[in-house]
Amino acid sequence: MSALPETAPHDAARSRAAEVAERLARALPPESVLLDREDLKPYECDGLSAYRATPLVAAIPADEAQVAAVLAVAREAKVPVVARGSGTGLSGGALPHPEGILLSLAKFNRIVEVDARARKARVQPGVTNLRISQHVAPLGLYYAPDPSSQIACSIGGNVAENSGGVHCLKYGLTVHNVMRVHAITIEGEAIDLGADALDAPGYDLLALVTGSEGLLAVTLEVTVKLLPKPELAQVVMASFPDVESAGEAVANVIGAGIIPAGLEMMDRLATRAVEDFVHAGYDLETEAILLCESDGTREEVAHETERMIEVMRASGATDIRCSASEAERLRFWSGRKAAFPAVGRISPDYYCIDGSIPRGALAAVLKRIEELSARYGLRCANVFHAGDGNLHPLILYDANMPGELEKTERFAADILELCIAVGGTITGEHGVGIEKINQMCVQFGAAELAQFHAIKAAFDPEGLLNPGKAIPLLARCAEYGAMRVKAGALPHPELPRF
Amino acid sequence: MADPFVSALCERIKASAEARRTLRVRGGGTKDFYGNAPRGDDVLEMGAHSGIVAYEPKELVLTVRAGTPLEEVERALAAERQMLPFDPPHFAGSPSAATIGGVVASGLSGPRRPYAGAVRDFVLGTRIVNGRGEALAFGGRVIKNVAGYDVSRLMAGALGTLGVITEVSFKVLPRPASEVTLAFAVAQAAAIEKANHWAGKPLPLSAAAWEAGVLRVRLSGAPPAIAAARAKMGGEEDPGGGAYWEALRDQRLAFFSGGAPLWRLSVAQTTPPLLPEHAQLVDWGGGLRWLRGELDAAALRRAAQEAGGHATLFSAPDKRAGAFQPLAPAILKIHRRLKAAFDPAGILNPGRMYDF
Repeated sequence: MSALPETAPHDAARSRAAEVAERLARALPPESVLLDREDLKPYECDGLSAYRATPLVAAIPADEAQVAAVLAVAREAKVPVVARGSGTGLSGGALPHPEGILLSLAKFNRIVEVDARARKARVQPGVTNLRISQHVAPLGLYYAPDPSSQIACSIGGNVAENSGGVHCLKYGLTVHNVMRVHAITIEGEAIDLGADALDAPGYDLLALVTGSEGLLAVTLEVTVKLLPKPELAQVVMASFPDVESAGEAVANVIGAGIIPAGLEMMDRLATRAVEDFVHAGYDLETEAILLCESDGTREEVAHETERMIEVMRASGATDIRCSASEAERLRFWSGRKAAFPAVGRISPDYYCIDGSIPRGALAAVLKRIEELSARYGLRCANVFHAGDGNLHPLILYDANMPGELEKTERFAADILELCIAVGGTITGEHGVGIEKINQMCVQFGAAELAQFHAIKAAFDPEGLLNPGKAIPLLARCAEYGAMRVKAGALPHPELPRF
Repeated sequence: MADPFVSALCERIKASAEARRTLRVRGGGTKDFYGNAPRGDDVLEMGAHSGIVAYEPKELVLTVRAGTPLEEVERALAAERQMLPFDPPHFAGSPSAATIGGVVASGLSGPRRPYAGAVRDFVLGTRIVNGRGEALAFGGRVIKNVAGYDVSRLMAGALGTLGVITEVSFKVLPRPASEVTLAFAVAQAAAIEKANHWAGKPLPLSAAAWEAGVLRVRLSGAPPAIAAARAKMGGEEDPGGGAYWEALRDQRLAFFSGGAPLWRLSVAQTTPPLLPEHAQLVDWGGGLRWLRGELDAAALRRAAQEAGGHATLFSAPDKRAGAFQPLAPAILKIHRRLKAAFDPAGILNPGRMYDF
């Protein structure tokens, strides 16, 4: 992977690091500034471990004034800053900049206030997603977005990535469940985006900052919306003889006017991998499994699951089971939630993809992935947020086999460009980060990319916050050679070709 | 492949930017009263750019050109038993001339908003022409999409000051199987308390408003769920319920008639009654307080801010007080820079939102 070079610290970089560290040490307690290579090791990658870089220095501030001080140092020394929460991101968004400061928000881990009557909580960015729901459970409330990594991922990271989860179709993404973000700009100004009210005056900067991958501001506090916990949730698990009929069933459920709380698909390879791991009792002889959840009051759930089962049956399901208890519901879900680690057990390495497509294109896309899998000679397990069209193909590979990682990357790029070709997108919920930066050149034209850079400059004129991520430079696009022919013209005609 | 209307629009905006001629963007004109007074050397009429581009009920996605009448869109959705969940107001006239572009640019949502979401929550993608005359596409037709900054949602409520919207893709939802409106005779404070209490319970609420001593609450969903909720909540069924919510949405209730200034205070839903000496209507389960009369702008804005929100002079013959709550300096600075990033010549709907 050639994104950012691994740096061997030479003398100039060393003295630069020492200088920045010295300035930081004047503003922060000494133990909050890390300079030794050994201490920096834990920060060299996030959840996308194929990309690694050692930051110049890491700062671990404990309050807003200390964050402001770190940003002031960055500004004065003109060094980049990369903010980091739990480091679970899957697109390299928190990959350190080798010439910059890694800003860890790990000490921002307090739940500041819960207002049960107003159904909201103010939390610091380092609080984990799951902890919010656990904390407010005694009040009969919860925080809806539930990425699979919810036990570890932080809410600050969720805001940066606009994280989803398995319940998005009904309850929305992070952007739909956050009311207010308190942040600080690289210029050191505190800003409040959104409000305790249901809207705020002016431009919707809250929507703009959500999913901005740490390029616009540093989040210091998040007010999340809490929802009443549904009285009951029940999941229908159905087996299908092929992915086409499973895809058809998904369309039919929604066509029948049902919005399931969760609607997930796993293919045969994924099902086998997770069954070995969690022993949930999945149907191993079938080509595709759908998990379709209903939640709400007892009356709603009884009525809705009955209709779901009817639709599944009419769509050709060969086996249908409905969870009879909360324990069984969790068991049905356990495999889906553990899909990534389970696949990790059957292959030395795996590469997770995050494309989003119109649901109607599902069967065609899966068929094409199967063909690509044969062509590259790499197995691919498919888990799919079927309800909202978000695919997670997992390519199985062995990094120790020469050339296999490069082959995997080409396979992944083909899948992402396939997603664009059917009217979808290169990332549904994991973000662009460093991983999908080249595919951004395929998804967007030069004018859109220039507009993105102008937006960045409105918040961060000097380009110090997480530079090099999320939005590619036009020069990089020319290099990638994404010769997207659009109405007979090359996508970036203003740039020289080689 | 390029749409001739959009190509002509790009040329026109480019020429206007060069000549520094300001443009007033106009759809159906039903919201001309909203925001600061529309001005511009020329009017950019969008009504001719009309029609549904794609509608896949099973994908829950609808793509529509900006000049398409809202009523046409709602008819197409109703035929598939679906809806725009944010309940956009139609305002003047029957049939209303409101267009989709205006719906998104104004960012206004109706009584269903606290329980279903706002305009921006359902915008999946937009095509715009920025102030440089460049046709740009953001977002798309898929429900989950985090590639690039979320410019599409930014367009909702930007009053056409960042770009001229030419096309929008929405996430749509099935219509509820049934709806019932319940009425409760209670004072304002108790109404706000009840609405917030119920919103914290798993009940199928879809609207809650109070005026003149009556709290109305709408329930939406499967009949057995509504029956169970009614048993828990009590109250009397209001047979005029459905019509009431439409009249509230479109401001056809008696409360909204006459020429007295209309103030919209958007505040934290749990805020106790504000300025009780003035007649008011409460919507959004306590989140919106509508007030009438010649009121002190500064006092209202202070009260709204203390309640976690902001006050808008929604409609009034005289808007010298400014339509919108002034922004904090650091936020205003970002606004100005964003405006310059999209519209460097400052030609799109100048002054409609703030002084840029």
